[in-house]
Formats: sequence, structure tokens, C-alpha cells
Amino acid sequence: MSSMQQVPAARPRASVKGPRRPSGHRHLRGSDFRWAIACAAPYAAVFFALVIYPVGYALWMASKPSLYADLIKDPLYLPTVVNTLLFVGLGVNVKMFLALLLSGFFMRRRWWIRALLAVYILPWLIAAAQACISFHWMLIGEQGLVDGLLSALFGIDGPIWFNNRWLAVGSNIIAYVWKWTPFWTVIFLAGRMTIPRDIYDAAEVDGATGIRRFVHVTLPLLANLYLLCTLLSTLWTVGDFTTVYLVSGGGPANSTEVLATLGFHYAFDVAKPALGVAAVISTLPVLIPVVILLMRRLQTSEVQL
Amino acid sequence: MSIALASGRLVRRRYRLRRVLTEAGSMTLGVVLLIWSLLPVYNMLLIALDPEEGEIEFDGNLWPPEPSLESFRSVVTQEARYLEDFWHQFGNSLFIGLLTMVLTLLIGSLASFAVSRMRLSKGSLLTNAALFTYAIPASFLIVPYYRIMHTYGLANNLWAVIAAQVAFATPFAILILQLYASLIPFELDDAARVDGASAIQLYLRIYLPLMTPALAVVAVYALLLAWNDYLYQAVLLSARNMTVSVTQAQLFVDVDAPWNAMMAAAILYVLPPIALLFALRRYVIAALPVGDVKG
Repeated sequence: MSSMQQVPAARPRASVKGPRRPSGHRHLRGSDFRWAIACAAPYAAVFFALVIYPVGYALWMASKPSLYADLIKDPLYLPTVVNTLLFVGLGVNVKMFLALLLSGFFMRRRWWIRALLAVYILPWLIAAAQACISFHWMLIGEQGLVDGLLSALFGIDGPIWFNNRWLAVGSNIIAYVWKWTPFWTVIFLAGRMTIPRDIYDAAEVDGATGIRRFVHVTLPLLANLYLLCTLLSTLWTVGDFTTVYLVSGGGPANSTEVLATLGFHYAFDVAKPALGVAAVISTLPVLIPVVILLMRRLQTSEVQL
Repeated sequence: MSIALASGRLVRRRYRLRRVLTEAGSMTLGVVLLIWSLLPVYNMLLIALDPEEGEIEFDGNLWPPEPSLESFRSVVTQEARYLEDFWHQFGNSLFIGLLTMVLTLLIGSLASFAVSRMRLSKGSLLTNAALFTYAIPASFLIVPYYRIMHTYGLANNLWAVIAAQVAFATPFAILILQLYASLIPFELDDAARVDGASAIQLYLRIYLPLMTPALAVVAVYALLLAWNDYLYQAVLLSARNMTVSVTQAQLFVDVDAPWNAMMAAAILYVLPPIALLFALRRYVIAALPVGDVKG
């Protein structure tokens, strides 16, 4: 069975959304309405008990304005914001761009590329904690695998990665890109596969191959998916705790902390939970617009997908 | 005439050259990707096969001089330090992962069914609310969760972790299921309605079977979310009732922790997700409409 066989039939359906679909807004009959409510109820319960309540609790914990004054006063806070911006900005964009390009590579129909895909998604399957610990040991200095290989192969004395703030931030980003690029590559691969082949065939007749085909055919068709995924991934990455906590450990001297690890540090190492929550709540002015943008995009994208 | 022939040959030669170059390029990329993907895994293996526990040292050998499976044996028999409860922890991880998977599938598919197939009015409110979950990243809620699980009476309970994971996995599940459900023609539902099918029959007989590929993707996603989680398991569970994912990091305080056994445990820990993906590969591939590209 192939899901795609349904697509041509379903596509016009999917494209007529909302009020234009005549049957879309008919009123549900009594028993159907009860069933629909019953089906939606479990998630509604999860949402209220496990999202609204904790979020409300967090806002209440972090509602004292003096907490934010304390945050600004803390010399750790501003460098942490810079690190978070670097980690998220570079990490997400490098990862997404690589994933987009590599998904094109994995579209090639060769047996060895198929086999390579199986190896390539391995980082996604390896638990984040273990992968990050492996990165930590790989980059630990001259005893680490990376510096060891550098000196064995090229005779270079590798740097001591975790002694320099920028190298340590870079190490975190590299580990993050390693771990999460495969997942998004698979998502883009799925997106590319929904592009009908005839579009490519037509483009080829018009002489669009290689880079021109990518820029003029693939990119416009995947742009919406790309934007959606980037927004979603931004939200997830701001909350990435494991990578920084286990690769650089926030070191040297807390100079590579991101907000997620700083919040943890405040809450559990120095026992100031309210300050920890405030540290992470301070990102909301940036994150809420991203979510609203995501919701808007999603509503328009249902038409295009 | 001969000029045309010669230029034709030239074009063909240029074409062949370009093909060879592309092929060489993709081979090179393939090798780079292989090294990139496997280097940290290889590092894990290198440490695991080293019979000496204690500090990690790379001494220029690309392969340990005396590779041994001793560390794997000590993990499996629970003789390694810090891993006395390995199988208990493994069971905990499995329990959390599987229940997160099942509950996410159940709750997510029911919600998506209500919104997309039953056409619950104001249903988009539910899906938007779901996305709102991601406005505050999961790790930011750990402090409130820690407190709330105490009030729910779930302190140091595996269900606390499961609840958190389900709350964070379901929005993405609903998103994927919604996108996929919009591809199933409504005529199927209408036809079944005419035959007198009830809502629950629609869900069981039409929605679930047709959604199998999307459900498989959600299953893999949810299991991996729980499998990858570190923070929630570390904070919500007590040291005696830990999971494999967390045990590892506790060793950073110990100067000569048995890292080889740790890495052996890490390698064993990778196997269940691989098994799941392997078992579901047929459906996952159907969800990535690979069938279409066979050409």
C-alpha cells in the first residue's frame, strides 16, 4: 500500500479548507458531538494538568519583579544570553541548512546511498546523554580522540577545547548539529518525496538542472516546510539542556552556560528555584512571537501541503 | 557534417565527464558523512572495548591493542561499579519509553480524529493550544514540574516522567497526524456513515488503518523523545530508581569511574530504538512516500 496513491485524489480536498468546504461546518449530530468531545477530552485533560498548570505555576513563581533585577545584576546572565543566542542561532540554522541539502543527496537512487542513510540516522537513535558524553570525551584535550587523530594524522597539536569559551560553545554546537541533523533530514526527505516527479521532469525539459533546479523548483516548494521546521526547532533548541550540560558542562567557569542550564544551576545547585524559573521566563518575549508565527504559518500551510 | 559529428562527440564527452565528477563528488560526500556519523559512535566503542576502566586516554591506537568484551560482560552481569542495578534501570527506561509511546499514540490520535475527521467545531483551537506547549521549552518547566509532581503524589514515580513526556510529545504527534489525516478522502467516512458506522467504528476501521504510516512515525518519535530525555528523568526520579540515560552522567564526579562499562551500557541502550525502527521500517518508509520515487 502506498500512501501516495491517495494523494492525487486527496489533494483537492486538502486544499479546500474552512468555510469553503460545504460539509466542513455542518453541525454534528448529538451522539457524534458527544463522541468528538470524548475523543478530544484526554488531550484537553493532559493539556490543562500538564501544560497550563505548570506554565501558570512557573509564571506565578517568577512574578516578583525583583527577580529580574537580580538576574540582570548576576554577571552570569548576560554572557548566558549571548551563548544562548549563538547556540540557537548557529545550531538551528546550520543544522537546518545541512539537513535541507543532505535530504537532496539522500534522494539519489543508489543502493549505497540507501545503506548510508541507515548509518546516517544513527545519531538520532543514540540517546542524547550518551552521545554528548562521547563528545565530551572526544574533545577532552590531548587524550581525546579528536586531538589524538589530529596529531597522528597531521601532526597538529589540537586545542584544549573546553578551556576556551568560544571553542567550548563551538563544541556544543557541533555536538548538537551531529545529534539532530539526521532527524530533520528525514523530515525534509519526506517533504521532497511529496514533490511530484513530473514537476522535475518539466523543469528538466526547460533546462533547469543542478543548482538551478534546486533554487527554482525545490526551494520554493519546500520553503514553507523549511520555515515551519526552523521555527519549531528554534523553540525546541532554546530548551536544549542535555547538550550543553554534558558536552562542555557549562565550563570553563560557567562561561558557556545557556539559559536552560543556567536555570537548572540556579534551581538545583544554588537552591534559588524562583530565580531559575525567572531566567527561563525571561525568554518568553522572544518565544511567544515565534509560536504565534508558527501557528499562523501552520494554518496557511495546510492549504499548500 | 564532420563538424557536427565532432561537436556531438565533444558534448557526449563533456556529459560523461560531468557524470564522473558528480559520482566522485557524491562518493566523497558519502565518505565524509560516514566518518562524521560514526566518529562519536566509534569513540564509544573504543572506550567500551578497552579492558582498563578508569580514565579515558587516546594513545594513538585506532583500535585498542587488546580489545575485550569484558566491559560488556560486567554490564550484563551487573558487576560493574555504578551499574549494580543495570537491568532494573533498563526496565525503567523501557517502561517509560513504551508507555510514553502508547499514550502519545492513543491521546494524539483521538484528538486528531476528533478535530480532523469528526470536524469538531473550534477544533483548531485545540491544535493551536497544543502548539502553545512549545512556547515554553520543556526544560524550562522542570522546576514547576518538580513541585507539581509532589502535589500530584508522584514524586519519584516513573509515571511523573511519563506524564511529562506525553505532554511534550503529543503536540508534535497531533501536528503530524493532522497533516497526514488531511490526505485521507472524506468520501471514505461518508460511505461508511451511509452503511451505518458509528464514530468509534470510523476511528477503528478507517482512521487507524489508513493512518498507520503516520502513527508509526509518531511512535518512533515519542519513544525517542523519552529515550533521549535526560533532565526529567534526572530530576523527577530518585537515585535508587534511576534510568540508564541518567546513570551515565553521574560519573563525572568520580575521577576513575568505570567508563568502559558505561560506554558498553550506552551501546546496549541504543539497541531498543533500532529494533523499533527496524520493526516499523515498512510503515515509516510508507510515510516517507518512498514508494513514489522508485521511478
